[in-house]
Amino acid sequence: MLTLSLFIIPLIAGLVLLNIKNKGLASSISLVVSIIQIAVFVYAFSVFKDKSALLTFDKPWLSDFAIRFHLGLDGLSLIMVGLTVVLVSIILLAIKNLNYENIPKLLGLILLTEAALVGVFSAKDIFLFYFFFELALVPVYLIANLWGGENSSKITFKMFIYTVFGSLFMLISFVLLYMRGQSGDIESIKVTVSLLPNLIKQILFWGLLLAFSIKMPIFPFHTWLPDAYSKSPTPATMLLSGLLSKMGVYGLIRILLPFAPSGIQLYGEIIIILAVAGLVYGSIIAIKQNEIKRLIAYSSFAHMGLMAGAVLTLSVTGLQGAIFQMVAHGFNAVGLFYIAKIIFDKTGSRSLTTLGGMTQSAPVLTVMFMLVLLGSVALPLTNGFVGEFLMLKAVFDFNHVIGILAGLSVVFGAVYMLRFFQKTMYGPSNDITIKITDIGTKEMMVLVPIVIVVLLTGVFPNLILDISASFVNSLGVLNK
Amino acid sequence: MLYLGLSVSKKSLLPINLAFLLIGLLSGFIDWNAPGLYFNNMVEVSNTLILVQSVVILAAILVAGLSSKLFEDAIDHPAEYYALMQFAVVGALIMVSFQNLIMLFVGLEILSVALYVLAGSDKRNLRGNEASIKYFLMGAFATGILLFGIAMFYGATGSFDINSGSSVANNLPEGKIFFWIGLIFIFIGLLFKISAAPFHFWTADVYQGSPTIFTAFMATIVKTAVIFALYRLAVYSFSFEYDNWSKFLVIIIGLSMIIGNLTAVYQSNFKRILAYSSISQAGFMLLSLIGLGEQSFGNLGFYTLSYAFATISGFGVFLIVSNDQLVDGRPNENINVFNGLFKRNPDLAVILLISMLSLSGIPLTSGFWSKFFVLNDAATKGYLWILIVGIVMSAVSLYYYFKPIRATFGSTESESITVSAIAKATLYVCAAMTVLLGVAPNLFRGLF
Repeated sequence: MLTLSLFIIPLIAGLVLLNIKNKGLASSISLVVSIIQIAVFVYAFSVFKDKSALLTFDKPWLSDFAIRFHLGLDGLSLIMVGLTVVLVSIILLAIKNLNYENIPKLLGLILLTEAALVGVFSAKDIFLFYFFFELALVPVYLIANLWGGENSSKITFKMFIYTVFGSLFMLISFVLLYMRGQSGDIESIKVTVSLLPNLIKQILFWGLLLAFSIKMPIFPFHTWLPDAYSKSPTPATMLLSGLLSKMGVYGLIRILLPFAPSGIQLYGEIIIILAVAGLVYGSIIAIKQNEIKRLIAYSSFAHMGLMAGAVLTLSVTGLQGAIFQMVAHGFNAVGLFYIAKIIFDKTGSRSLTTLGGMTQSAPVLTVMFMLVLLGSVALPLTNGFVGEFLMLKAVFDFNHVIGILAGLSVVFGAVYMLRFFQKTMYGPSNDITIKITDIGTKEMMVLVPIVIVVLLTGVFPNLILDISASFVNSLGVLNK
Repeated sequence: MLYLGLSVSKKSLLPINLAFLLIGLLSGFIDWNAPGLYFNNMVEVSNTLILVQSVVILAAILVAGLSSKLFEDAIDHPAEYYALMQFAVVGALIMVSFQNLIMLFVGLEILSVALYVLAGSDKRNLRGNEASIKYFLMGAFATGILLFGIAMFYGATGSFDINSGSSVANNLPEGKIFFWIGLIFIFIGLLFKISAAPFHFWTADVYQGSPTIFTAFMATIVKTAVIFALYRLAVYSFSFEYDNWSKFLVIIIGLSMIIGNLTAVYQSNFKRILAYSSISQAGFMLLSLIGLGEQSFGNLGFYTLSYAFATISGFGVFLIVSNDQLVDGRPNENINVFNGLFKRNPDLAVILLISMLSLSGIPLTSGFWSKFFVLNDAATKGYLWILIVGIVMSAVSLYYYFKPIRATFGSTESESITVSAIAKATLYVCAAMTVLLGVAPNLFRGLF
């Protein structure tokens, strides 16, 4: 029931907000919903260990097809749902104070995205998973189109077609699975999957992989990403990079690993090479970027590559690292995009060549930026370090050469992030940057929680790793 | 209805028309739970057939609900057109419940003749005249083939009753060749009407030329009637030869999906897009003939209903928007007519979005379930490749279904659009039902 309410509350609130015109009322509704969601999640978290029956919701949906409306939380789902709930609350808080038109509708669409994401991360039935996987994209598509700039309809169209095209291959796989087992339940499919004929196993592996690798994305399916991230309005970018891309990694862990283990054994190495190639390639391009949103976009793409590679090594460290990094990257990406938006609003520019010297007029912003940035460059005692370290170790154990190449990305990451910082905050200030005002309480209310998470999970990574360990150990398809 | 035009004012026509259709819809349910054969074994009545007939009448009601504006100012003699629509509905109702091949022919003719006239009802439009004559010639040709097939069937079995098909196999081995000729010709005749590839060439021109409101009528009601006629034949007359004809039919289905979808990608006229999409939708509907299991009838019923809601709301939005923006005195039919719809009338834009999502089969709209049901049905019969073709083609269809949606986000200088109350209600019903059936498909499907 708790899981259901985590899904229902934002759904209803989102639909209500779409029909509200008053900005103040809408803001307070979204605030209340955020608080309720976090409270429900905290309660769910506290009963997770001993009363997990409270967390499932199971009703027949299409009885003659044995398709059920089945939501539930295990270790992985709990982390992902927590990430969704907290991050969406932060995004809502951030959006309210930005100067967008028609804020109530924007908040409503974000809440609808939250509902769909909770659905994805807690679905226990493959069809339910597929529905929410598709559904999450629709509100983001609308946000990107309605609040985007001139070219946004063309760019989001590409993103939409690309990802839906990928998920249709997931649907092919799911229908094949369903026809064999006559059930959509993830747990019962896991049992029957090893009995499938070889051809079906191959189709399953490639179909599912295609869907998830477009969603994350990993090389070479990333071409929709740079434009979509940089040209979309900031709320859409935050949702895409912070949460929607995680659906791909989650899909890899939840669906691909148990459903197509033989495919990973056979082709895993090729995919890891592609993922790491994307990681290096994304990092190098990020170094050359002058447009700050594009820079963060490419760095996001690079991080996703490492996560995919780590998951496919089929090792406990790799999986733990990827799960941890999903949370870390979610917060870091949202923080960075928010700072980029602040910089743009204050200076009217997103180009590194025209910015500089902001630290003189905005010291607080500089400090907050530095803290979020340290998480992204994986400095020890920040959240980025734990994830990257575990993932790099897994990839290195898998294959030393690939591991060393992947390790380069940490160096590159430091280069492009510090260049970003240096070219905006330090250096000579110009006419525009000298006049800007520092950030106030409104912005601090968004950035402080992010910074707290960055440091807290960096110092105490076991907060997350302990929960995910129970899931990873029960997965049963890992090496060793 | 025909005589109403003489005395009653134009305004009262639509309510009267709707009232008659509603009476028809309700009176169908008088025979609920009273299955049997009526009129000397000419038509069958059963609960499932009543449901199908309700789909037909419901579609007619929805189309009529959209027609208010059109008839007020565009056409000279609205009463006649309403009467013709009623005739066409009668023909469609006969076609879904015939027990005797003569009735199939009669029903098809009532339906077709009315539509030949309706297709050309906009007399000042050259394309309309072209559409009408094309539809008439092609339709007459198809009817001839169908009639020839029925004659062969009679020659082989000695009866017009649809149940007599199976007697050939047992009694008359030498008549089998005639039976086969009959079967093939009947199939071809009806596939013409449903515009399955390779019998689809008339579709795009006719859809484009006809007044939009009758295009919607054709796309939904004719397709529904013909597919159910085919289904009845497949079950009652031809099922014992299933193994032989299904191999060919599945190729026709694959062709319809591929040709329909790939051609639609290159169109810029919205009506032509929907025409080609309707070819591929016909392919999907025919999948239930491949399935031909216990649930196939319900699947087909669900498919036609969800298709009717999605298509009618799509055409409805288009009708309103295109009449609002004239090019050379004619409604603009290009996709760019939707430009900036989100700013001009967000409700219409959302309805269009739902309609297009449903047609392309995105989950949580009824279109997803309808495609899932028929594809799953066909795949259980062992035709795995058609499942993959179907899904890949759905992916292709996304491209052209999203063209109009993309346009709605564009910028515009035009002012907002107002919609008449009755059309608005119709569109809301369509969109709401599309989502409702998408969330809870068993609401309707469970009835079968």
